[in-house]
Amino acid sequence: MAQIRIQNVRKDFGSFTAVKSSSFTVEDGEFFMLLGPSGCGKTTTLRMLAGLELPTSGEIYIDGEEVGQKPASQRDIAFVFQMFALYPHMNVRKNISYPLRSQGMKRAEVKRRVTEVARILGIEDMLDRPVGRLSGGDRQRVALGRAIVREPKAFLMDEPLGALDAEFRERMSEELRALHDRMGATTVYVTHDQLEAMQMGDKIVVMNHGVVEQFGVPQQIYDWPATRFVAEFIGSPPMNFLDFNAVMDKGTDSIRLGDATIGVPRQIDGASGKLTLGVRPEHVRLTDSGAYRGRIAASEYLGTTQIVTLKTPNGQVKARVASSDPVQVGDTVGLEFDARTLTVFDAGSGRALVSTANREVLTHG
Amino acid sequence: MSFSVTEPARRTKIIAGILVAGYAIITLLPLVWIIATGFKSPSDAIAYPPKVFFEPSLEGYVNLFTTRTRVTDEAFAALPPPETWYDQIVRDSRMVIAGPSRYGERFLNSVIIGFGSTFLTMVLGTMAAYAFSRFRVPLKDDLMFFILSTRMMPPIAVAIPIFLMFRQLGLNDTHLGMILLYTAVNLSLSVWLLKGFIDEIPVEYEEAALIDGYTRFQAFWKVVLPQAATGIASTAIFCLIFAWNEYAFAVLLTSGTAQTAPPFIPTIICVGGKDWPAVAAGATIFLVPVMVFTILLRKHLLRGITFGAVRK
Repeated sequence: MAQIRIQNVRKDFGSFTAVKSSSFTVEDGEFFMLLGPSGCGKTTTLRMLAGLELPTSGEIYIDGEEVGQKPASQRDIAFVFQMFALYPHMNVRKNISYPLRSQGMKRAEVKRRVTEVARILGIEDMLDRPVGRLSGGDRQRVALGRAIVREPKAFLMDEPLGALDAEFRERMSEELRALHDRMGATTVYVTHDQLEAMQMGDKIVVMNHGVVEQFGVPQQIYDWPATRFVAEFIGSPPMNFLDFNAVMDKGTDSIRLGDATIGVPRQIDGASGKLTLGVRPEHVRLTDSGAYRGRIAASEYLGTTQIVTLKTPNGQVKARVASSDPVQVGDTVGLEFDARTLTVFDAGSGRALVSTANREVLTHG
Repeated sequence: MSFSVTEPARRTKIIAGILVAGYAIITLLPLVWIIATGFKSPSDAIAYPPKVFFEPSLEGYVNLFTTRTRVTDEAFAALPPPETWYDQIVRDSRMVIAGPSRYGERFLNSVIIGFGSTFLTMVLGTMAAYAFSRFRVPLKDDLMFFILSTRMMPPIAVAIPIFLMFRQLGLNDTHLGMILLYTAVNLSLSVWLLKGFIDEIPVEYEEAALIDGYTRFQAFWKVVLPQAATGIASTAIFCLIFAWNEYAFAVLLTSGTAQTAPPFIPTIICVGGKDWPAVAAGATIFLVPVMVFTILLRKHLLRGITFGAVRK
């Protein structure tokens, strides 16, 4: 098991830059999520870790050793593909033992390891079956078996649950996380599903357009997004954005939105011009008296909560409130925001302004 | 009456069956004629109307493999009685065997050149196709077109230059020369066909093998080749059939040591009159290897000629 460190890694395909100067560190034993929309460079980053692509520039350290230009076969890592990539002309046993045979391991030892892995994954009874007739979940287990049988330095997984049915996905994600906790293996996991990333990950890197937008533990990323992109990509429904123009002095802790004064965390730096206030739906309260007002446009019932869509002078706001709250479409109500949870973004760059609340998160990552 | 999208109607099936059977009869008739003629006596072979029922004779086959001479009546009478069944057949036409014919050698030449060039084509073609399929080759599309363009002219157009080149290089009438020539001609077909097949194999299989600690060549050998077996087999059949049947280059470039069967068979006609049964016998035996090869690889061929249209 090992620490993985990526430093200023860049990847060009001809004139297209897939990854622009990315840096982050995966600590030993971490379950690490690479999250982003398709085409953001997360898979390319993973493939560079694996050695399936070589970086145009930058360094990759696995266990302290620089491996950036080494071929995959010399990196001692395992890779789980989205489409499983089980060898179709071999049965389950041969698939799982294939990486061991490349090392010239003794037959008895290979057999022992394969049996052991099959037991862990609960696939002992299908070892002699051809892989073509397995269900999606079982194929995934075999692919995992082929990865863990080697006891590699790290596991790299490229949307391993992406090809599974919804019901299987839930179960496999639990199995995966449990397997990781038992083995304590460093795992880098690529996904475009923010829920999956939040559920399973110890740490998350959010990427967009080949750039690392933010890097941290799930809760920090959810609560204190570094950019507007992160705020929008993570959370469902996403963070609300209210655009406004203002001059904010250093140390201010409130802003004017129309006629209302809204408290925000104390700002470290000043800012002026086009700004955006970010607020999570669950931090919006609907009141009768609030100074900042909006008209209720719609309401979605979700069981214990409901999502209320409001039109305000600064844009649309979605509020997550208890489903017992009486909500009448067409009514005008007051909106109150939880001042401790708000983030102000610079509308031009999309970056979050540093406040006393998010300073820790933004400066360490 | 109900209609089903997947199951054709009974009448459709019958019509289709009749059409297929009719087509099979038309294509197979010349084959039947050749095989039958091989077993006829020379007089039956040229009888008109053609004889459908005849007394089978091995004279054609004996004549194919021997050269015979006519001797004077006294010498013929003085001969010891025939030792073997084929001696007997020749004596029946008042001739004696002078020695073996060259058919065996020519046939062997065909085998060496046909299978040799097919093997070489497959080795080079598979590797080239793999490279074109997987790597970023500069000017890939242009190169692929150049390769294809070698097939765009009739062979006879380049026959003279090739003849001159071969003479200069000492490749005239050699096995090596013919193997190289047929390989060169077949490579375009094989690279194009095989690239199609290899494109169909997901690249993840090889990547999995690379990750599992295998080198690029091992991944190619142990993972890609087994997957491409179907395509390789059907491409090999096409290449073999071409090299086996090729006539124009063979006539021009071979005359002795390396002469293949196709230019040799017609020469049988001139030896001691128009010996049609011997020609037919030569053609029949010539058919056998390709037939066996095709039947052995039949399963692959059937799947292969859909050209990977069906997703595995």
